[in-house]
Amino acid sequence: MKKLPKEEQVLLEEAAALIRKDVVRMIGVARSGHMASSLSIVDIMAWLYWKVLKTNSENPNWEERDRLVLSKGHGCPALYSALANRGFFSRDELWNYRRLGAMLQGHPLAKRTPGIDASSGSLGMGLGVANGIALGLRLRGSQSRVFCLAGDGELQEGAIWESAMSAAHYQLDNLIMIIDRNEVQMEGIVEKILSIEPLNAKFQAFGWHVVCADGHDFSSLDYALSCGVPGKPLVIIAKTVIGKGVSFLEGQLLDRSVVITRDLVDKALGELDSGGMKL
Amino acid sequence: MTETLNKSTRDAYGPALVELAALYDDLVVIDGDVGAPAFKDAARNLRSNRYFNMGIAEQNMILTSAGLSLANFRVFVSSLASFLVGRAYDEIRETIAIPGLPVKLIASYGGVTVGEDGATHQMLEDIALMRVLPGMGVLVPSDYNSAFALIKGAAELNRPVYIRLGRPELPLLYDNDDANFSLGGGRVLKEGTEVTICACGIMVHEALKAAKILAQQDLCAEVIDCYSVNPLPAQQILESIHRTGCCVVAEEHLLHGGLGDAIASLVCRSYPAPVKFVAVDNKFGQSGRAEELQEYYGLTSSQIVSAAVQVWTMRRR
Repeated sequence: MKKLPKEEQVLLEEAAALIRKDVVRMIGVARSGHMASSLSIVDIMAWLYWKVLKTNSENPNWEERDRLVLSKGHGCPALYSALANRGFFSRDELWNYRRLGAMLQGHPLAKRTPGIDASSGSLGMGLGVANGIALGLRLRGSQSRVFCLAGDGELQEGAIWESAMSAAHYQLDNLIMIIDRNEVQMEGIVEKILSIEPLNAKFQAFGWHVVCADGHDFSSLDYALSCGVPGKPLVIIAKTVIGKGVSFLEGQLLDRSVVITRDLVDKALGELDSGGMKL
Repeated sequence: MTETLNKSTRDAYGPALVELAALYDDLVVIDGDVGAPAFKDAARNLRSNRYFNMGIAEQNMILTSAGLSLANFRVFVSSLASFLVGRAYDEIRETIAIPGLPVKLIASYGGVTVGEDGATHQMLEDIALMRVLPGMGVLVPSDYNSAFALIKGAAELNRPVYIRLGRPELPLLYDNDDANFSLGGGRVLKEGTEVTICACGIMVHEALKAAKILAQQDLCAEVIDCYSVNPLPAQQILESIHRTGCCVVAEEHLLHGGLGDAIASLVCRSYPAPVKFVAVDNKFGQSGRAEELQEYYGLTSSQIVSAAVQVWTMRRR
């Protein structure tokens, strides 16, 4: 696995740090939202938007863009921050997240927010939507890729496996699914509630090319993405830490057990400011 | 009438697709492994890479349709009403209705006249489920020609539309070159002054039969084909009830949530007048021949006649 050039590593680390602070502030201001499971995808989001995805903030509907479907829609603060910081809309919008009339809804709405390629919220649906987009792009002869970022808990939804079967059947090699394997769902540990393992073998059996990665290591994600093979959809099982970057949230079982108080937000921001979230 | 051959509304889907495929480069047709009898020939005529049988996986079928729509394709997706609406309701709600994607949902096999397959396959709740989704157009054509025109017209609409088709063969009510159908439209098939009969689908035929019987009893009924259940042809219905003072609604659907509820709510809000319903009352279907089931569940002209007579006596003078 190749190490990233120093400048690139620093750039991505800075982007991730920016997103992390935004996520904590947004959820702090809104006093609601899924903080821990938004934090687990921050590094993936920084990697996608600062390195991987072909996008155009001047023309969010640019035909040749790569698409991202955030299947775990509740993690949208990380996506909103990435989009704002990449110039899709003003950072001021971030502080209206979840408010009445706001552009930034509690779960992403495509038509309402520039840069959002598909709406999501009800779990288990992003992969199928990404399938449809990937199939459509292929029909048009487009070179664009479709990324689907899914949670691990939502793999318990049956629709995911219909879609997994379908993506392989249609040989959608322009589709990349990234699983945020933070091992936690609302009520506890995924494996204890409804086991999804062996994930690797499951996706392989469904006809996918499977690669595991460290979801907080940009080189590892880079390497995983480079492993795609023609004729197969690629799934990157990205091992992540719930609440990543904020010590007292890391490994926490429940998003909702953490009451979003002013103190908590100040403490988290203090930690992030002092660089406590170093990778 | 240029044709007299009896065909089902479902039969119109394949031929309509063939015409649409010639008109639109961006047409994609998705099916859940139930299309074969209805439009296999049509599928053959479509470019092979524009027709996808997504298998027995309705959730993914709807999600894929949403994705194709996001990739700017004109998507028609079909299955039996019970599986299309029932199995994939959350998917329809989240990925088509909430974002307002212009996917066209085509349900073959609506209602009890599906026949022998029984309750699981006889969808009587679909209109209720679909019409409550904000922005969802709901169309229930009553003959082959109107089904053909509505399917073709739906391709132009920049919003999601649900079209309920049926299995029984029905006489034609409209000419084959009649294009005067629109979302939100209705057609007065017989003018009358004493009772308004609103119907959709197969019940339009029963309503016309009932109007003849009522005429023999000196009750002059107006029959409106309310093929657009959502939005309703509200002005047309209210104008008619202004003249007649009462209304019967007939539909091959549950009493709750269908065309009857929609019209009752409209009438109640805009011009209170007595309304009676001919529909399936709080029951699921069962196996049987279509005609037997129609009789058993009271979806007949004689039920409309008796409802019309009753509602007429209830009107205010």
